[in-house]
Amino acid sequence: MATEAHAAEGATGYIIHHLTPLSVGEGFWTLHLDTLFFSALLGSLFVWFFKTAAENATTGVPGLVQNFVEMMIEFVDNQVKDTFHGHNKLIAPLALTIFCWVFLFNFMDLFPVDLLPSIGSVMGIPYLRVVPSTDLNATFAMSISVFCLIIFYSIKIKGFGFAKELLLHPFHHWLAIPFNILLNFVEYIAKPISLALRLFGNLYAGELIFILIALLPAYIQPMLSLPWAIFHILIITLQAFIFMVLTIVYLSMAHENH
Amino acid sequence: MSINITLIGQIITFALLVWFVMEYVWPILFNALEERKKKIADGLAAAEKGQQDMLLAEEKAKGLLKTAKDQSSEIVSLAQKQANAIVEESKDTAKKEGDRLILAAKAQIEQDIQQSKESLRKEVAALAVSAAEQILTAEIDKTKHLEIVEKISNRL
Repeated sequence: MATEAHAAEGATGYIIHHLTPLSVGEGFWTLHLDTLFFSALLGSLFVWFFKTAAENATTGVPGLVQNFVEMMIEFVDNQVKDTFHGHNKLIAPLALTIFCWVFLFNFMDLFPVDLLPSIGSVMGIPYLRVVPSTDLNATFAMSISVFCLIIFYSIKIKGFGFAKELLLHPFHHWLAIPFNILLNFVEYIAKPISLALRLFGNLYAGELIFILIALLPAYIQPMLSLPWAIFHILIITLQAFIFMVLTIVYLSMAHENH
Repeated sequence: MSINITLIGQIITFALLVWFVMEYVWPILFNALEERKKKIADGLAAAEKGQQDMLLAEEKAKGLLKTAKDQSSEIVSLAQKQANAIVEESKDTAKKEGDRLILAAKAQIEQDIQQSKESLRKEVAALAVSAAEQILTAEIDKTKHLEIVEKISNRL
């Protein structure tokens, strides 16, 4: 663990080590194996848990697992119903997946910062970054997928109206068309970027603080890391919730005709 | 911290997850929820109906009880009346019977008296006739005459 042994450059090295992903490949063709592995693992965990619950689902008195799963389903369904009034069988499962997946990503943050990397180094893995949402690729993967869905549904639902909206909104005059295109471009691009960066920034900062706390003397660490971890329980849930709600809002906007 | 091919891998994973949830998880759980909702609603409705039925039955039972009570009290009062009437009647008949018996007895007594009077009269007449006969037979003999009268008077 972190001790006085970390000198000035040692501390920097420790931090950099923690924030370096396990990667193969060069340049753009780099693969972050840890991000891929943990996100796939957490995704499988989520899918397995819900699938098991779905297979054992009864309409009678639900068990503990079913109760929890149904609570999640109802929670997500209520969120979707509150903002989205069209008919789309993708949105609710998408929202559920985003909420659970992001929550599990973020939950990895609550493991002691050195626990999994230490186990990894014993197994011969030099770098291990366990929180997938501290990887821009993971957050952008979701936000870009959501962005593609926004574009897809905008065109599918509005058709020609979508082009008209891009050209003549917010200023309804043909002279304003270039200005409108610029405004709408910024507006649309801002959605995936803000989605991805909000989650990434929050979790990256949170992880960094955990790492910094781990650099302090051992007797101070619990006093700082415990409140921060408790505070983080709120943050990770909130971030998952925000990502889900914004996805629903964006998609419902894509379904609305002006 | 750079964007690279990992992004594509993550997108594929994400798409697979969403597809799987949409196909195999969400509909099953959602339908189970809806079905249970329906079940609960049905159950609640049935319970309410049962309660209403019970209230109705209670009301009905109350009504029945009331009519039964009324009927029974009517019957009791009727029976009382009847009993009173019977008592009155029997009193009447008894009185009448008594009167009749008394009258009969009185008549019997009257008759007896008449009979005994008649027989006494007859006897007296017979005695008088026989006395007269005796007197007529013994007119000549004064002593005998006296004797006879005395004899008769003794016999009386």
